[in-house]
Amino acid sequence: MWNALFFYLFALIALGGGVLVITRRNAVHSALWLVVSLLGVAGEFLLLGAEFLFAVQIILYIGGVVLLILFVIMLVNLDQAARMRQFNRQWAIAGLCALVVGAEIAYFVWRGGPQAFQLATPVSAGPGEGNVEQLADVLFSRYLLPFEIASLLLLVAVIGSVVMAKKRS
Amino acid sequence: MQLLDWIWLIPLFPLAGAVTMLLVGRRLDPQPKLSPVALAPELARELGRDTHHHSDPHTGQAHTHSGSRWRGLISWLCPGTVFLSLLLSVGAVLELAQKPHKVHEVVLYSWLAGFSFTTYAGQAARYVADLGFLLDPLSAVMILVVTFVGFVIHVYSIGYMGHETGYYRFFGYLNLFVFFMLMLVLANNYALLFVGWEGVGLCSYLLIGFYFHRKSASDAGNKAFIVNRIGDAAFICGLLLMFAVLGSVRFLDVQQALEHQEMETGFGILSLIALLLFIGATGKSAQVPLYVWLPDAMEGPTPVSALIHAATMVTAGVYMVARSSVLYSLTPVTSGLVATIGAFTAILAASIALVQTDIKRVLAYSTVSQLGYMFMAAGVGAYWVAIFHLYTHAFFKALLFLGAGSVIHALQGEQDIRKMGGLKDRIPVTYWTMVIASLAIAGIPGLAGFFSKDEILWQAYSSPWGSTALWAVGTVTALMTAFYMWRLMFLTFHGPSRVEPHVAAHIHESPRVMTIPLLILAAGSALGGWIGVPKAWHAFGDQFRLFEHWLEPVFETANLRLAMLGAVEHSVQEEWALMGLSVLVAIAGIALARYLYVVRPELPDRIRESSGPIYQVLRNKWYVDELYYFLFVDGLAKGGGRLLGRFDQAVIDGWVNGTAWFTRLTSAISGWWDFWVVDGAVRLLAFVVKVLSYPVRVLQTGYVQAYALAVVLGAAAALGYIFLR
Amino acid sequence: MLEPITPVHFLLLSAALLLVGTIGVLTRRNIVVILMSIELILNAVNLNLVAFSRYFGEPSGQVFAIFVITMAAAETAVALGILIALFRNRQTVFADEIDLLKW
Repeated sequence: MWNALFFYLFALIALGGGVLVITRRNAVHSALWLVVSLLGVAGEFLLLGAEFLFAVQIILYIGGVVLLILFVIMLVNLDQAARMRQFNRQWAIAGLCALVVGAEIAYFVWRGGPQAFQLATPVSAGPGEGNVEQLADVLFSRYLLPFEIASLLLLVAVIGSVVMAKKRS
Repeated sequence: MQLLDWIWLIPLFPLAGAVTMLLVGRRLDPQPKLSPVALAPELARELGRDTHHHSDPHTGQAHTHSGSRWRGLISWLCPGTVFLSLLLSVGAVLELAQKPHKVHEVVLYSWLAGFSFTTYAGQAARYVADLGFLLDPLSAVMILVVTFVGFVIHVYSIGYMGHETGYYRFFGYLNLFVFFMLMLVLANNYALLFVGWEGVGLCSYLLIGFYFHRKSASDAGNKAFIVNRIGDAAFICGLLLMFAVLGSVRFLDVQQALEHQEMETGFGILSLIALLLFIGATGKSAQVPLYVWLPDAMEGPTPVSALIHAATMVTAGVYMVARSSVLYSLTPVTSGLVATIGAFTAILAASIALVQTDIKRVLAYSTVSQLGYMFMAAGVGAYWVAIFHLYTHAFFKALLFLGAGSVIHALQGEQDIRKMGGLKDRIPVTYWTMVIASLAIAGIPGLAGFFSKDEILWQAYSSPWGSTALWAVGTVTALMTAFYMWRLMFLTFHGPSRVEPHVAAHIHESPRVMTIPLLILAAGSALGGWIGVPKAWHAFGDQFRLFEHWLEPVFETANLRLAMLGAVEHSVQEEWALMGLSVLVAIAGIALARYLYVVRPELPDRIRESSGPIYQVLRNKWYVDELYYFLFVDGLAKGGGRLLGRFDQAVIDGWVNGTAWFTRLTSAISGWWDFWVVDGAVRLLAFVVKVLSYPVRVLQTGYVQAYALAVVLGAAAALGYIFLR
Repeated sequence: MLEPITPVHFLLLSAALLLVGTIGVLTRRNIVVILMSIELILNAVNLNLVAFSRYFGEPSGQVFAIFVITMAAAETAVALGILIALFRNRQTVFADEIDLLKW
């Protein structure tokens, strides 16, 4: 019961935050509402037993990405932009299409019934291993290569963004 | 070794003379360059006179080049060659007379060695002609006349042309002429005859246009040659037709082929051949309609007029008809036409001569008229009479021309008889010889002209092909002949002198080199007729009819045919009556001329005024030249030229322009096709691509969110597809 | 109402977040907001992955989600670098004012 309650709570936070992200005029407000939304998602993670991800979500996403966005908002002067039109000309069609896609996905998801997407024999939670240990186990054995590549990717991203943001001398 | 085998040399002597003149004549007789100063005296004379170009040896005019000492050589060489021909001719004829069968043929080589063909009648024949010479009584007469009169005139020319430029050229041409004339009369076939025929035409042209720097002279030369050519064209057709029908053109072959032929009734193929040959003769012998060149030919020097246009060349037509007596005696239609044209020409020319005022013109028309007499005789079948008149006419006409030349020489170039008069005591030799010639031509008994003309009139009356009409025309012409001839004599020699004073002062008789030929010809005119005495004159034996008997073998076949027609019996009294009538007519003509020009000289002017248009018509030669000019020069030549010009412009150029237009048209179509269809296809392709790109272009907004929308749309579509499936 | 939470709930939530994020990407002019909407989409995906990971007992899903977050961070950094370069050149942060690749 509490499960459901928290689910709906966090769902509301996530969705509400998301809606507010996309509707705010002020970019800073959008960023802040993004934080809210991400928190909601983090809560969902927690409900799903993914503690590590919950932590990573908050630290990396909120503390890294959104912070980065906020810094850039500061660099780019958006005061004047806030006064201008916020929605583009294709908003109606775009909204419609997105709704259609959403509806279709919802349909496909819904039609299976509540028992859809579940295994025939439910999987137990696993003996004593915590989420982090489990992840570490898998990450550094089976997914070592992707892990390394991911770090390479981060390196590339760092260099790239430095180059991109550099002023031409 | 007979002389007869050497008859081929007879034409070659004068040829040698001509060739020598051609090669070295200019060096022997250097020609002066005619400067304006030298031309001036000629121009002065040009304005006053119209035909004679003659420098006066006494006034010492500009061209005094007679000092060339080589001229003497020319004076001996050229007449000398003719004299040699004369000697050889006399010898050959004497030899011929000894032969029982008076025909001798010498063939040098085969000239035209042609192909075989089949004649009209289906016989096999070959297109051949030889370089052959035939001496028989007829050609004997001709060579004697040509060489004798030719020689006499050459001698005369030494004096007459003595002070002219172009002395060597004159003698060269004259020798060349004698060569061609002898070739003509000695030929043994029609083709070689035609070579001589053409050759004398050429020499005539060269000699008429001797004073070539004068336009009237060169025009006259052109006219002579061109009119002759028309006749020659008909002659060639006749020649080729003769080949086709008879298979040969050799005289003896033709005679043999036609010997046993039936006389034609109506107009058959033989009549056509005879007609075509006769048309050639009308050109050469100045008959209607091709006589118009002869009066203009008086532009040439007077010896030329004497030799070529009186004695020899113009008689070639008569000779040709006589030679073809076998043919003409078979074709009554053509012979009738020959006689009619002869008679008509005689009276027409005589009528014109009545009112001419140039001394040479009168004589020219007289020649045309007398030639008409000859053809009239040939046309009624009296071939020997035609040749007889040819022979007598050669003497007195040559004499008349040479005498006229003497008068012109005495008057320093004057030729208008209105400006003469009272000359008979000043130039007596000229006068008396011309009297003899004039009496001869008028037909006074005893002189040569009487015998031949009288015989013609008798034959015209009595021959089976003759008629009273022909005789009447001949008699009227005789009256006119006597009249105009003595009009000429009285106006020239009698009465008060109408000569211009500065000319009158220098009147003198011609030198002996000119007067001796006159005397020789006068003797011939007087005595030459006595070998053709009429049969009615029984007092005279047969030796006085030598001419007819001499020519009998040649005309045997013809005479037999005519005899077979059944001669109408004419009495001797008729013959004497007609003879008397012709004598009366002659005397009447002379008396009338005397009356009008000596006794009552004012009458002619009154007659002229009262006669009105008649005089004008006669004076202007019946406007025949104007008619010809209108019809043929303006009509045919210029009109034809204009027509062809328009044809060229309209059709030829039109066709060319048409093809150009067509080319432009096709190129325009091609261009249109290329622009609209070919390029159009290309442009259409581009256009289609462009048009197709419009909707596609719309998608490329450069606007990222639009692309994102497209992605979402695609997802929706994909999901929708799965959904719908 | 408060029935037990099935994967379906999570999937629907994920779909909803996806929808919101998509609308944001397609509709907003401001590039920064677009980027934030992309983050929302990525989060939706993460949620999906983790939900399946939990309900199938597979840690792979979470590992994948870690990588997604990593990539998202890298991508955001680069994107913001582009945004700054763009702002320097065009003086604008609106997506529909950048159409240099327009026909």
